[in-house]
Amino acid sequence: MARAHGGGVRARVLIRPKSGISDPQGTAVERALPALGFSGVANVHVGRLVELDVEDAAQLEPMCEKLLANPLVEDYEIIVD
Amino acid sequence: MVMETASRLPTVEDALALGLTREEYELVCEKQGREPNQLELAMYSLLWSEHCAYKHSKRLLRTLPSEGPHVVMGPGENAGAVDVGGGLACAFKVESHNHPSAVEPFQGAATGVGGILRDIFAIGARPIAVLDSLRFGEPSGAHARYLLDGAVSGISHYGNSIGVPTVGGELYFEQPYEHNCLINAMALGLAQRDRLISSAAAGTGNLLVLFGASTGRDGIGGASVLASAELQGGGDGDDSGQDMRPTVQVGDPFAEKKLLECSLELLERGLLVSLQDLGAAGLTSSASEMASKGGVGMDIDVAEVPLREPGMEPFEVMVSESQERMLCVVEPSRLDAVLGVCEKWEVQGAAIGRVTDTRRMRVLDSGELVGDMAVSALVDECPLYDLDPQKPSQPLYEPPVASLSLDATPLEMLLALLSSPNIASRRPLFEQYDAIVQSRTVRRPEQADAAVLALGSASDGPAPALAVSIDGNGRRVAADPYSGTVAAVLECASNLACVGAEPLGTTNNLNFGNPEKAHIAWQLTESVRGLGDACRALDAPIVGGNVSLYNEGATGPIYPTPVIGMVGILPDARRAGRLGFHRAGQEIALVGPLRPSLAAGELAKLCGQQLPDGLPEFDIGAVRAAQIAVREAVRAGLLASAHDIAEGGLAVALAECCLAGDIGAAVLLGDDSPDLTAALFGEGPGGFLVSGERDGLRRLGEGVPLQSIGTVGGDQLSIGIAPESAALSVGLAELAAAHSSLAELFA
Amino acid sequence: MKFGVLRFPGSCDELDALAAARRVGDAELLWHGERDLRGADAIVVPGGFSYGDYLRAGAIARFSPVMESVIEFAGEGGLVLGICNGFQVLCEAHLLPGALLGNANRRFTFRQLALEVVNADTAFTRACATGEVLSVPAKHSCGRYYAEPQTLEAMEEGGQVLMRYAPAQNFNGSLRDIAGVCNEAGNVFGLMPHPEHAVDELTGSTDGLKIFQSMRLAMEGARV
Repeated sequence: MARAHGGGVRARVLIRPKSGISDPQGTAVERALPALGFSGVANVHVGRLVELDVEDAAQLEPMCEKLLANPLVEDYEIIVD
Repeated sequence: MVMETASRLPTVEDALALGLTREEYELVCEKQGREPNQLELAMYSLLWSEHCAYKHSKRLLRTLPSEGPHVVMGPGENAGAVDVGGGLACAFKVESHNHPSAVEPFQGAATGVGGILRDIFAIGARPIAVLDSLRFGEPSGAHARYLLDGAVSGISHYGNSIGVPTVGGELYFEQPYEHNCLINAMALGLAQRDRLISSAAAGTGNLLVLFGASTGRDGIGGASVLASAELQGGGDGDDSGQDMRPTVQVGDPFAEKKLLECSLELLERGLLVSLQDLGAAGLTSSASEMASKGGVGMDIDVAEVPLREPGMEPFEVMVSESQERMLCVVEPSRLDAVLGVCEKWEVQGAAIGRVTDTRRMRVLDSGELVGDMAVSALVDECPLYDLDPQKPSQPLYEPPVASLSLDATPLEMLLALLSSPNIASRRPLFEQYDAIVQSRTVRRPEQADAAVLALGSASDGPAPALAVSIDGNGRRVAADPYSGTVAAVLECASNLACVGAEPLGTTNNLNFGNPEKAHIAWQLTESVRGLGDACRALDAPIVGGNVSLYNEGATGPIYPTPVIGMVGILPDARRAGRLGFHRAGQEIALVGPLRPSLAAGELAKLCGQQLPDGLPEFDIGAVRAAQIAVREAVRAGLLASAHDIAEGGLAVALAECCLAGDIGAAVLLGDDSPDLTAALFGEGPGGFLVSGERDGLRRLGEGVPLQSIGTVGGDQLSIGIAPESAALSVGLAELAAAHSSLAELFA
Repeated sequence: MKFGVLRFPGSCDELDALAAARRVGDAELLWHGERDLRGADAIVVPGGFSYGDYLRAGAIARFSPVMESVIEFAGEGGLVLGICNGFQVLCEAHLLPGALLGNANRRFTFRQLALEVVNADTAFTRACATGEVLSVPAKHSCGRYYAEPQTLEAMEEGGQVLMRYAPAQNFNGSLRDIAGVCNEAGNVFGLMPHPEHAVDELTGSTDGLKIFQSMRLAMEGARV
């Protein structure tokens, strides 16, 4: 695991729109890429990244539930380095 | 004794790379009494850049009229201001952010808005409106569309987030702007007249407090590297300027909103001696200019500046253009109170220096002296250059590509003009802007020729209001820099007249090519002459402005483009004029001394015509008289609508009035005009299209040339030539379809 | 009757809401950092960009001290009106169901809109008639209302959909053209368009005044 400054761990939270909810940003990007010459692109979704050092990795999920994501409309994935 | 730093002493080559000339470098050495070190050279190179020192324009600008009974603050401060009655002053100014926007349009335009807003609240006024003037290459090109989209998004993002409405603007597409776009942002603010604050530092021993965002490496060298030299590249446009991105500043409107509230509260509570915003050249220019205005010196310790990046060198701290920062002078006993207000608004604040009586700008690093310069050398003794104007003997600009034939029918011409990018509805742009926050907006975009902003809350009774417009026309100025500039100023005032407003004052942004070239010097000199004459004729003095030079590249210069912003006052917003025709049966009339000419107009452009050498003459006194007559008629409630005839001439103005009112018109022009095309589509100053009841128009006609031409009604626009020949007849739906051609640029 | 209008760092339309509320009763600003609601009979959570819309619009404002008090106040039946960013804050605070997502057209859009009053039998709409069309401006980039299908069904059945965009007026892609909703108890109302910008003939329509008038009527009714 990557060491953060002064102990604890470095984590990344990827937040993306829940599948089934319209994602106009993702659709726009998916349309723009072929116009720039990139073919074979599908299923584009645009979300957010939050990077942080935490002392206790167990707190990451409650952080996501409470603040970092809106669980009604977003899925999140926690990656501890 | 200036501390020896680890970096080597810079050479004249470094000075040249930073934008100074050899002679300027030698002058710096003379003023320092030695060779300048890295920090000192960086500071001189910025303060002596065109952008900061106005080396090539200052002498010309001194010829402009800047005094008048309404002027409360003239040129030289962060913004100018005029008295608007009721103990209030309106601060306003226009500025450009052309070169950064060509490199990164979103951030360039956003930080342009941020910068002009700071200039307004730096003198103690709460910003109440923004307008923007944008110019790009033809939208058939992908690069122009990219710049347009980025700039509009940037203005939208910044203006909307900070809660200042964007109430007007203008947009033009011309080939000469392809590699040098123009982004000019204007802002207005309101303050108690006697509470405006100056930027002059005062009081030996007073503290210099920097508040706002922390300082990083944004835009280092931006001022001299970008704004004082012609942009490189310009071949295919796709990669010109790519590697200049790191020097572009990034804006944060939320940070500026907090900064704005913090600044206004500090002023409200009387905690500040003086205030200055940080813009181009960051601390270097702000601190030096404050010291120069106050006739004092300053000691600044860079180690006290809150930094965002580790390990910044002293010169980096002094030249950083990190956004959303202000500098103030504070009595030591007030420091705690000042920092308390900063904390309330979640804004960083730090005392970074002191006012001294040495008249020197001394920069320290943790107490060690690292730079020592005379304030006057930095700010007031930059060499000024005389221009060497020579009228060009050959056309400077390629004729535009033709998309229309002069043999087209009047209807084809009208539809081509209405759908042309310079005339089509700007709705797809202005719908991206909040035009109503702060609850003052009485006339929104496309409701009238100028924006109208209520000054107080209207109970029952007259509601005094401000009107504001921003206007320019590069192509006409290219054809005739003197007359074209006069015409631009007149157009601005005509727009104000159409809502019933009397001009109070003017601001201007002069966008030109390289003034060291004789033909550009000629454009600039003639344009400034026209600007001065027009503002004098209209009693609308210039209270401040900006100059942007070197807007040219390998493919040539931009059209000379003076952009005029004018603020006016009307006594009763309930009577503010409107653009659209109102009710079936009302009469339509043509008012004023307009002598329509196709020269340098939009139709000539569509037909691929080369610019003429000179524009037809016009009588500025007669135009002014017509403006006054229209204004008074609007104020007296005599008119249902009033619209300035501009691009595309009478036929386009008629279409615009029909579309805005969602009602047709039947119009009959006299057959005594030798040139039908010129009568329909010719341009020039001094033409107004008005509508109203017969009686009201008759009373207007008592004071000014007025020709009744038709009637409002139906769902068609019909223009006939007496006796019975119809030049054109077209339905509203078809006009609307043509008029909405810009929507596809924002799909 | 006294309105309390919240003010967060980044709020833009709080002074407009204050002025609108003052046409109908007393009103004062409530600073985000203070828990004291100062005897307000009704709370207005205004429009703007609280905390710069960082992370998600309203995500940070919902945790402010003043919002802790507003949540309690709402739990006790107090009237709460959330406008635009205020609506976003109320959804994040779970005082209202659903969420506001980015506009379908991916752009900030400002337009004068026609809104249909769906349910005139509430504290926020009783000065209107069912089916009445109000002219109110909207200006936002994240106004697309979303809730899960079963939630939407329940809301429709329960009369919680108070206002809809009239036909062809929905630029943000809100499900079922929903412009404004209330909670089950009917004391919390969130609306994307800005009624506080439709209270003065000089600057536009006056239809928005009806919402503030409704709240006053509701308060007066409650006192009887």
